[in-house]
Amino acid sequence: MLGSYWESVTIFMGINCLMAVSLYIPMSAGLISLGQGGFMAIGAYLCAVLTKADVPFLPALAAGGCAAAIAGAVVGTPALRIRGIYVMILTLGFGEIVRVFFANFEPTGGASGMGGIRPLTTLWQVVAADGLALLLLWRIRHVRFGRAMIAIHEDDLAAETMGINLTRTKLLSFSLGALIAGIAGGFYAHQALFIDANQFDFSRSAIVFLYVILGGVANPFGPFVGAAIVTLLPEMLRFVQDWRMTVFGIALMVMAIWRPDGLLPAPRLRQR
Amino acid sequence: MTPILRVADVSRRFGGYLALKNVSCEIAPGHIHALIGPNGAGKTTLFNIISGTLRPTAGRIVFEDEDYAGRRPDTISVMGIARNFQQVRLVRGLSIVENVMIGCHARIERGMLGNLAAFFGAGGAEAAARSKARDMLDFVGLSHKLQTRPDELTLADQRRLEIARALASEPRLLLLDEPAAGMNPAELVEITALLRKIKSYGVTTLLVEHHMQLIMSIADSITVLSAGSVIADGPPSAIQHDPEVIAAYLGQSDEPALDP
Repeated sequence: MLGSYWESVTIFMGINCLMAVSLYIPMSAGLISLGQGGFMAIGAYLCAVLTKADVPFLPALAAGGCAAAIAGAVVGTPALRIRGIYVMILTLGFGEIVRVFFANFEPTGGASGMGGIRPLTTLWQVVAADGLALLLLWRIRHVRFGRAMIAIHEDDLAAETMGINLTRTKLLSFSLGALIAGIAGGFYAHQALFIDANQFDFSRSAIVFLYVILGGVANPFGPFVGAAIVTLLPEMLRFVQDWRMTVFGIALMVMAIWRPDGLLPAPRLRQR
Repeated sequence: MTPILRVADVSRRFGGYLALKNVSCEIAPGHIHALIGPNGAGKTTLFNIISGTLRPTAGRIVFEDEDYAGRRPDTISVMGIARNFQQVRLVRGLSIVENVMIGCHARIERGMLGNLAAFFGAGGAEAAARSKARDMLDFVGLSHKLQTRPDELTLADQRRLEIARALASEPRLLLLDEPAAGMNPAELVEITALLRKIKSYGVTTLLVEHHMQLIMSIADSITVLSAGSVIADGPPSAIQHDPEVIAAYLGQSDEPALDP
């Protein structure tokens, strides 16, 4: 249907959208993570190892996601005691630990990376995963857990006074985000076909942060729009050749000045 | 009658400053119990200790025979104690009804299936919480403002919304910190009626308030704090004529009234 080039671009865009959602969820509970690349790496490596051992793709994907979610719970536990910028530092440290681990872990290729991964990711699987993620963000405020996240994000003291367990809600949102990042990692590995630790470094985590900020943190479509633009714009700017990253950077700076809350506004509250 | 809340020898120290010194008082069930005192008397400190946002340095706080000093605010809320905030703290990202549903949080059925059903818009528990939130808004007189955003409400309506949110958690003890602050005379009449209505449903209220007329007209009992200690405790008629209370509010006659 699409040419193979655009199909590939669309798949990577869909994966990036998942990564944006993986950050958007903990951010909705006030936890800003700069370590999403680490969760992605865990999902990517475990999923790739499993499919090489002839485990079917979807169970392998789920296993990678679950491993990332468990890592999320482990990292999230100390993160609950601290707030704001210190959570960012802690998650940044986590991302680096994961990167260095895989760079030195010989069973998965170490610094030379892991090749020979089968091309199992299909466009429709990624589209379906993104559809589910969008539904999740769209409906989350209609579940008590989702409303609790929003309340904590705005005012954790008031939320706690209303009977919301801060620890449980924050940890759950962090793990849920890590789960989605792990699944995105699994898709990524079976699309890129070669992974090494440096693909999941700090710049990966930072660009995921950029997707969410660019799209708008208060709108459920925000992470999708942000990820789509950041993925597509450099492709579309190929005509300026060597200058495309410069043009892209300028576009971001203009954004920061004119639309600091992101491209999409907060949805107008409707009463039902 | 056994008190619904018993504060026993509670002290609270902030560094070198003793904000509360061995404070003891009891709140009878069904009462509107007022906590008054001059500025800096320790009212808000005691209020925060009772609602669990501050821990006492010493002493016990017993709610229905259960000492809960040192517990987390969310567990205290689940026990049946709800509060408002003097500086209104609403969730701007949620609608008015959803703000009240936050109050229902601990009373909404948990469990995977219920959450999944709610997620797809078919939740029984979720729908029940929504209709309960509407009932609460109706109770406080906000049902005609459902379309408004929380931060677009007047201050008086925001306070009412906070009371609705607190009531949604089905408290047996409601803690209200200056619910009438900044209200005009008409709004004052409405809040007085609302407090009476809450009482008629059997909910006990602890009221911190500066507005003496309001207190004297609705309080069943009053505790007076001054400089961190209880100086009087009793029905409004006794408090009104207590020489120590008058002295605390107006100053002693042997001190110069306007000491520079």
